[in-house]
Amino acid sequence: MPLANTSTAVPVVVDEGKCIADKGCTVCVDVCPLDVLRISELTGKAYMKFDECWYCMPCEADCPTGAVTVNIPYLLK
Amino acid sequence: MDEIKAGLSEIDCDVLVIGGGTAGPMAAYKAKMKNPDAKVVLLEKANVKRSGAISMGMDGLNNAVIPGHSTPEQYTKEITIANDGIVDQAAVLKYAQNCFEIIQELDKFGIRFQKDENGDYDVKKVHHMGTYVLPMPNGETVKKALYRQLRRARILISNRFMATRLITGKSGRIAGAVAVNTRSGEFLVVRAKTVIMSMGAAGRLGLPTSGYLFGTYENPANSGEGYAMAYHAGAKLANLECFQINPLIKDYNGPACAYVAGPFGGYTANAKGERFIECDYWSGQMMQEFYKELQSGNGPVFLRLNHLHKETAEHIEQILHTVERPSRGRFHEARGTHYAETMIEMHISEIGFCSGHSASGVFVDEFARTTVPGLYAAGDMASVPHNYMLGAFTNGAIAGEHAIDFAAEVDFEEFDRTDVAREQERVLAPTRREDGIPPNQIEYKVRRLVNDYLQPPKVTRKYELAQARFAEVREDLENAMVVRDSHELMRAMEVASILDCADMAACASLYRTESRWGLYHWRTDFPERNDADWKCHVLLSKQADGSMGCEKRAVQPYIVPISDDEKDAYYKQRITAEA
Repeated sequence: MPLANTSTAVPVVVDEGKCIADKGCTVCVDVCPLDVLRISELTGKAYMKFDECWYCMPCEADCPTGAVTVNIPYLLK
Repeated sequence: MDEIKAGLSEIDCDVLVIGGGTAGPMAAYKAKMKNPDAKVVLLEKANVKRSGAISMGMDGLNNAVIPGHSTPEQYTKEITIANDGIVDQAAVLKYAQNCFEIIQELDKFGIRFQKDENGDYDVKKVHHMGTYVLPMPNGETVKKALYRQLRRARILISNRFMATRLITGKSGRIAGAVAVNTRSGEFLVVRAKTVIMSMGAAGRLGLPTSGYLFGTYENPANSGEGYAMAYHAGAKLANLECFQINPLIKDYNGPACAYVAGPFGGYTANAKGERFIECDYWSGQMMQEFYKELQSGNGPVFLRLNHLHKETAEHIEQILHTVERPSRGRFHEARGTHYAETMIEMHISEIGFCSGHSASGVFVDEFARTTVPGLYAAGDMASVPHNYMLGAFTNGAIAGEHAIDFAAEVDFEEFDRTDVAREQERVLAPTRREDGIPPNQIEYKVRRLVNDYLQPPKVTRKYELAQARFAEVREDLENAMVVRDSHELMRAMEVASILDCADMAACASLYRTESRWGLYHWRTDFPERNDADWKCHVLLSKQADGSMGCEKRAVQPYIVPISDDEKDAYYKQRITAEA
């Protein structure tokens, strides 16, 4: 069966003005228990690549610049 | 990142610990402390800094046996009764005797425990009989404190490696494990003299009512690999029919936390705001009353704090919104619910396996030994019941100290190299296909079927239908699953474990033809508890012909006797009508 791309709204939001991933920081990507964050090759900033979130918050708590916000996933909000 | 590369490397160690959550770090630490010359490797699918059930810390100890407040014998009695008599007491007693030492050790690591004005531990009563709950004022720092100790002890940590199968030798003894890198798909073979599994609950088994695959009660990284890997290695698993079902904040699916709120006067209430259960401690019998109230005209069920002084309710709110599941505050904020003003709607969780709260786990003795020589298990996946975080720490320590001695006496076990090649092929099969069914759809289907057919009340015919449907999904998983990168490959391996756990849940539940543990094993076509035939463990394992099978195992004679007038204390949960 062929695959489709279905869009979902993701709960983790990164403030690109504050994110310093382009300077080599990978803290949020490193600490995520579900490994769902990545650094964008396009912008050099962190973003949520996979909608597989436990809204547990290490990414937000450990971010050195306060760039990450964890929202409650829409389906259970 | 995430591109699949070919690669295979190999390392040797004395003790391999799989899983870096709670029990695992303590096991690795204790093994290394006992023999600093030994090579101890800690393998973790995520990152040890923030992995496992206590990723964001914990608000307290739920089962602290502290001199002056309770005794190991009292605790052993309480857990025997809470788990409906199906307990090998030696392991519970050993935990109870050792846990105070672990509390003192955690204290030295910098984790603080609440003390009263006299400097005495401020232990609270939540259980039906004894007093075991100890708040942790800086509980959000647990993982950081542990991580510091691991670094200091020079434990070798391998993050982002997911173990997929254990390797056993020709004699049946443990030989190591095969793991795959979740960022590159490269393989790692770890030859080990002993292996300690501390891989958490099977928390991604049922589907949460929200329908969001990762909105589970347990950390969804705990997807049952420990149970599946132990099964495939030939270990026996105990009482899997004793499901984990917990009371939760509806939709958010985090604990409502009567353990925190209870000592301040908070309680579980029905829609009328009335108490309907005597004791908020999580047991199957308590969950049975919770379920009845949910279904009744007095339902649904709520956490009630709005009768307390505003400052007290806000203090509880502050604790609950800081540790364990801190996004809870954000959830309530969006809905405009405040604990001081309104009751908070509760619901029951999806089903899972987790000895931390119930009893289902890989069968272990009082030294954390499984039935496979050289293989240990600790924490939520091992069969010591009602074990919680302190049980994971304490039994992890017991496993680490026993395993390091065992490793000193043996050499590496010989194994068949074709086992590794076969495992590589199994893991990579979904990467060889051009199209097919992605892991997330297979996972959704398995977990939807778990809810439809396995969630209690358990009905024989529905369970048989579930088994037939699981077999169909297994065909798809083995012949049509497709993955495009290493991240999806991790999810594909997880869903294979989830399906194994679903089959195990069905098989064990059908075998025990009685009802026991309240809601956890409520069979409507066998509604009575039957002590004459079933006051025993059910052990599930892979049979010689490769099929899944169960056997009875007698409960070991009690060390701490239980009198007849005490044994049903946990069945007296329902508050009787006021005169």
